[in-house]
Amino acid sequence: MNENHLVEMRGICKYFPGVRALQNVDFTLRPGEVHALMGENGAGKSTLIKVLTGVYEKDGGDIYLQGNDGAVSIRSPQDAQDLGIATVYQEITLCPNLTVAENMYIGRGHKRTENWRKMYADADAILQNLGIPVSAKQQLGSCSIAMQQMVAIARAVDMDCKVLILDEPTSSLDESEVEKLFGMMRQLKDRGVGIIFVTHFLDQVYEICDRITVMRDGQLVGEYEIEKMPRVDLVAAMLGKQMDDMADIKGDYTTYSGDDAEELVYEAEGLKSNAAVYPFDFHIKKGEVTGFTGLLGSGRSECVRAIFGADHVTGGKVKKSGKDTKIAKPLDAMKNGIAYLPEDRKGDGIIGDLSVRENIILAAQVLRGFMKPFSKAETYKIADEYIKLLDIKTASADTPIASLSGGNQQKVILARWLFTHPDYLILDEPTRGIDIGTKVDIQKLVLQLASEGMSVTFISSELDEMIRTCSRLVVMRDRHVVGELTGSDLNQNKIMSTIAGGEAK
Amino acid sequence: MTIEKNQDDSFFRKLLHSQMIIPIAALLALVVFNLIADPSFFAISMGQDSAGNPVLSGQLISILNNGSELAILAIGMTLVTAATGGQDISVGATIAVAGSAMLAVLCGGNMRPEAITTPFIVAFIVGVLVAMLCGAFNGVMVAVFKVQPMVATLILYTAGRSIAAWINNNALPIIPTDSGFGIFGGFIPGIPIPTPVFIAAACIVVIFLVLKFTSLGLYVQSVGINERAARLNGLNPTFIKWLTFVILGVCVAVAALIKVSRISTINYQTIAADIEMDAILAVALGGNALSGGKFNMGSSILGAYVIQFLTTTLYKFNVASAALPAYKAVVVILLVVLSAPIVRNKLSALWKKFRSPKQTEVEVAK
Repeated sequence: MNENHLVEMRGICKYFPGVRALQNVDFTLRPGEVHALMGENGAGKSTLIKVLTGVYEKDGGDIYLQGNDGAVSIRSPQDAQDLGIATVYQEITLCPNLTVAENMYIGRGHKRTENWRKMYADADAILQNLGIPVSAKQQLGSCSIAMQQMVAIARAVDMDCKVLILDEPTSSLDESEVEKLFGMMRQLKDRGVGIIFVTHFLDQVYEICDRITVMRDGQLVGEYEIEKMPRVDLVAAMLGKQMDDMADIKGDYTTYSGDDAEELVYEAEGLKSNAAVYPFDFHIKKGEVTGFTGLLGSGRSECVRAIFGADHVTGGKVKKSGKDTKIAKPLDAMKNGIAYLPEDRKGDGIIGDLSVRENIILAAQVLRGFMKPFSKAETYKIADEYIKLLDIKTASADTPIASLSGGNQQKVILARWLFTHPDYLILDEPTRGIDIGTKVDIQKLVLQLASEGMSVTFISSELDEMIRTCSRLVVMRDRHVVGELTGSDLNQNKIMSTIAGGEAK
Repeated sequence: MTIEKNQDDSFFRKLLHSQMIIPIAALLALVVFNLIADPSFFAISMGQDSAGNPVLSGQLISILNNGSELAILAIGMTLVTAATGGQDISVGATIAVAGSAMLAVLCGGNMRPEAITTPFIVAFIVGVLVAMLCGAFNGVMVAVFKVQPMVATLILYTAGRSIAAWINNNALPIIPTDSGFGIFGGFIPGIPIPTPVFIAAACIVVIFLVLKFTSLGLYVQSVGINERAARLNGLNPTFIKWLTFVILGVCVAVAALIKVSRISTINYQTIAADIEMDAILAVALGGNALSGGKFNMGSSILGAYVIQFLTTTLYKFNVASAALPAYKAVVVILLVVLSAPIVRNKLSALWKKFRSPKQTEVEVAK
């Protein structure tokens, strides 16, 4: 191996039953660089990371680390930690019931947790040094997700890691938090730490990274220096084709123009729930695509959860297709032809151990009734139909949904709701943590469904995505609806100034 | 990601990955052991019972007969486990409660009646209602008040046998033998197969029909795997968890009927003692995760009969009943370790290597 390299992975192979997840993948990390690992869902990024961190055992290939003679064997996360490889996963892997300091020192030898006063003092010093505004004595579960992520990074930093792996750390952070994270990353970079950064956000890659390694279908596409890699080429490398999809796709679809185009599909007046959102009014027409936008925590998810009855609805009047109705629980909403794809795919969406097939039919089965199950043959037919329709990549209809990649899981949940044939579809962050190709697929699908007369409410953290798909945006700030934008007002500047509540420019 | 299909189709691999492999392997091991040790274990002969009716006898018949209650309980326990990720440890005690209630109804307050005062069916229905009530109580504790199942059912586990004794003022009612009540735990005159076998078979058929013609399986598994997602799909997790306890209550009542009928009376302290542990073990032996989620009903039921097979085998070899649990424990340790996913994966990998070393190499080279 080259002595100047921090990590070299050569010819890494990994197989899962029926799937070659990694085939002969090479990866190189140099000291003091931020190296983006990019690729679509299912490209093998996470698998490669998990091989490096000892979560999976590789089936072939060698890993070399600076300062170690010959190939090292990493058989467990503990091994990786001992070798100076620290990982922060997208999902928080700390203990919410312990304090921040305990989480930072747990599993790192007795001595650290013996002297409690010193432990808290040390932890506070590190937190302060990194500019993380939490107290060491605070219970981790009481911190926001972003803060929990920062604590996870602080833990990694304090372990004197040489290699820091950040697996989609920014997907649940808002802009200022991302800035803080980047500041932290630059600090580490100056200390000579090599950072592997897995993300789907192109802007962030170009802001912070030095090099990019692109993977596709379990294989290495190439390693590029960031200055020599224009965005278009990067996207093309990831997708394996030239891509014109980032352009305006709205124009490709006509707006719904039936006789009932002006009919209100859903109306709410003074709707409120126990999830700390102020009463709001909302309505949507047939074939319309509306969006809720606002910063993280502004209450946009809480609004759609109230519409679907996912949270406890405490007041307000609701009309569905002009008729007064009451939606107190999800089943009420489903019976009214409303479907809801939740924000938290893992916690609220998938039934992990059940098959793709069972996950697809679940909602429709509940609507159909306990005594009228679909026959097995029917479920296979339905599942195969939607797997084809939405191009879901799965070994078979019987594969457990948990073993699919994030984007494909999302498509399964989408299939589940489409199969209930709703006339009002709510999508809360359907594109989070999903590769660009699937993102565009979902955006196109939304526009197509709307042109066929389905009403869609779409929430996304990415403004340009909202602008591309929605014809009307409800803007939220601090759990209040603060504005509604349509037509020519639908542009980045106007939206941001409305969100900020500042004087529009 | 390239998808390869043919590789997975080997029958052995499929079997190794199916849950059924564990109870089947255990059953085969027991059969082979008995074949070698004493083939007469499998002999079945036609004898006569005390009333002179022809009856089948032999160890296999005894396993099927005595395993009935356990198999019936395993049905309900599987559902409770899958939906709640916990177990009901009060089934033995609630058998005592339901059995005591049945006896009270049959004897009408008289401890030594000349004849029974009410038809069997009335007594059975009362027993079912009482057991369902116990199940409903457990269910409310678990589903509504979110008490851990083990703790919630500890209440009836502790109090159940006292309640059973209290129902009959701590007396032991005895059903007259000529009432015919004994047929549920014995034989129907003229039919050589013990009645509990038919009752268990009926329960098994009923649960499979229910699983086929309703969505019970899908709902219970969904709730057990991801309660929040299940709710957002329109299910009512609280109700479904509660329902599984009530279904277990029905199973308890049927088991109680057999138990009480076998001896025509009841012993509050010893009736169905420790049966809850065997029922939980049956679920585990069937390869079902005790933390809930996916389940395989057939596998649990087979597990119940494997446990009975083991017990009968040990009795056959004159293991004292006091020493029985220790022997059982050894076998259980073996089974549980072998069925752990980590061991099974290793075995499966080993098999793959042994089966086709060349093929694997070629694939790596690709």
